[in-house]
Amino acid sequence: MNETVKASRKQPHTPFSPTYKSCHCVAEFNIQHHKMLDYEGNLLVTKIPEIANNQQQLIKLYQAMVSTRLFDKKAILLQRRGQLGTYASSLGQEAIGATIGCLMHDDDVLFNYYREYAAQFMRGVKMSEILLYWGGNEQGMNFQKARHDFPICVPIASQAPQAVGAAYAMQLRGQQRVAVCVLGDGATSKGDFYEAINAAGTWNLPIVFVINNNRWAISLPQDKQTHAQTLAQKAIAAGIAGEQVDGNDVIALYCRLKKAIEKARSAAGATIIEALTYRLCDHTTADDASHYRNQQEVQENWLYEPINRLKYYLMKQGYWSETDEKKLYSQCQEEVENAVKEYLNTPAQNPESMFDFLYETLPASLVEQRNSVMVKEPK
Amino acid sequence: MADVTMLDAINMGLRTEMSADPSVVLLGEDIGINGGVFRATAGLQNTFGKQRVIDTPLSETLIAGMSIGMAAEGLKPVAEIQFMGFIYATFDQIINHASRLRNRTRGRLTCPLVLRAPFGGGIHAPEHHSESTEALFAHIPGLRVVIPSSPSRAYGLLLAAIRDPDPVIFLEPKRIYRMFKQQVQDNAEALPLDVCFVLTEGSDVTLVSWGAMIHETLAAAEQLATNGINAEVIDVATIKPLDMNTILESVAKTGHCVIVHEAARTCGVGAEIAAQLAEQGLMSLFAPVERVTGFDTVMPLFKLEQKYMPSVSRIIAAVTRSLKDA
Repeated sequence: MNETVKASRKQPHTPFSPTYKSCHCVAEFNIQHHKMLDYEGNLLVTKIPEIANNQQQLIKLYQAMVSTRLFDKKAILLQRRGQLGTYASSLGQEAIGATIGCLMHDDDVLFNYYREYAAQFMRGVKMSEILLYWGGNEQGMNFQKARHDFPICVPIASQAPQAVGAAYAMQLRGQQRVAVCVLGDGATSKGDFYEAINAAGTWNLPIVFVINNNRWAISLPQDKQTHAQTLAQKAIAAGIAGEQVDGNDVIALYCRLKKAIEKARSAAGATIIEALTYRLCDHTTADDASHYRNQQEVQENWLYEPINRLKYYLMKQGYWSETDEKKLYSQCQEEVENAVKEYLNTPAQNPESMFDFLYETLPASLVEQRNSVMVKEPK
Repeated sequence: MADVTMLDAINMGLRTEMSADPSVVLLGEDIGINGGVFRATAGLQNTFGKQRVIDTPLSETLIAGMSIGMAAEGLKPVAEIQFMGFIYATFDQIINHASRLRNRTRGRLTCPLVLRAPFGGGIHAPEHHSESTEALFAHIPGLRVVIPSSPSRAYGLLLAAIRDPDPVIFLEPKRIYRMFKQQVQDNAEALPLDVCFVLTEGSDVTLVSWGAMIHETLAAAEQLATNGINAEVIDVATIKPLDMNTILESVAKTGHCVIVHEAARTCGVGAEIAAQLAEQGLMSLFAPVERVTGFDTVMPLFKLEQKYMPSVSRIIAAVTRSLKDA
């Protein structure tokens, strides 16, 4: 079901052409919204996409979403018990990360903000590494797999120009690799985002920007963030493709993201995908969204969350049973518990590690400071 | 060996390193066909192509941010910010990311980038084109801040900066870009980073400076010599990390120290040098450390800039104060 929000692009006329009229349209645009699966798990399209019949791939996506949700729940619990620092949940938004992670190649590079754990897990980042990060240990950013991926980016939108640089390096070297940059809705108001998409268009770079539009940037709803009808239309200013996808619909996400990533990989240019979802959680564990957000709105949005939607579809297709479900939950629970054990058993780093990764070789002027942290303080 | 200006030396250094290392790329505003507004990159796009000498959109945040992405992916980006007055848009990228990428990933990702920018006053430039704010970067752990003061040091330090595995802010004193020529051998030999250069040896007073102010400092030293005062002139060159040993050794010999910098006084790099002298060299000092600096004011437009910048006579006055009881 593709709804047109606004309408195609014409080649701009030169303003000095002899045919120039006093007032005429020089460019037109539209933004498509893509949705394939309704919240009861019914396919809305008559032309069935390949992924809708790919049981194995759909189950892989489902597993990634479920394990991310259980991880999330556990992480919040650890924070409440004082065993983890501030944590940003991805509740309700798992489909976006899972689909990104499923579609990227190992040697692509992910530039992530702090809600797409599912993408990181699918790329081989360990749950214990994410816990170490939020648990105050830099080792959590030294991923043992996904070695080229950037760690979680906290300063909003600042990962976007970096992703452009990585994409430029890939293009320069003629590599068939893609940079994927994930941002939140708030990030689209920042200059970094505009500078990055503008450059991605200028150089036709192999990059995909995915906007997790969960409608809330901490306390600011989308209508206070921008007067634009969609965030996808920001692509128009950069001369790149932009479209909106139901971000809780794995099938639509898979189809559109696959197309965008393949397009980037085949040197056909950058895309912005605005994935519409909803933040069912607080901004972070340090936030209480009831101060600024109507609880009824949250309750209503539970109806559209992505995991049940896919489960209903899988069950209707006969791809999934309650027995499979039980087995999956106990497997995921075990995976999470093992990660927690690994996290809790990881000792804090030596204090001198503050110095050991600052430069490749520690400047002579810092040796004394380093030595001073190694001296045991008197009790 | 060629007789070249500092700009020629920078151009030569870039050309030499780009020829030697295919991972070196240049990026910035108007650096390609135009060769940069000061012509530091003249002719390089012609030799190395548009993909390696990149004219970027007018986007300082992008220039810094994409340099980080390139560096982490194994390129060696040398980015130009047209004037230091426009460098502040890069702070988020440089401070939050470039300076700490190695540390936060425990060495998994590194950031060998060079951010070049012309800085300083004295060329009758428009507003926002004349400030010296090197101390802002010198405060940031994980960065190197390098400032050449002659064509040969510009060549050697630039090669070192490009080859360095960590981010380097390379600030070019534009007042001396074309001030004088010097013999520079294009021998691909880098100078060491993280060390001060002793330019003239002396036993009566230590003059510590960097960048364009080295020239007023050297002129002051010459005048002092005619009065029988032997000044030792030290070019700090790498202001972060700071080689205090060379300064301390000199002060141990002379007992007097005058620090000269164009930047505003409060929290300038001179304050750090003075503090470390107080911590580690107090017993060598026969007089308080003197600072000759720009004022704690907004850099004035060019009708008054000569009043703002330290002059030879201000340096000599400071030396005279320092030596009055000697």
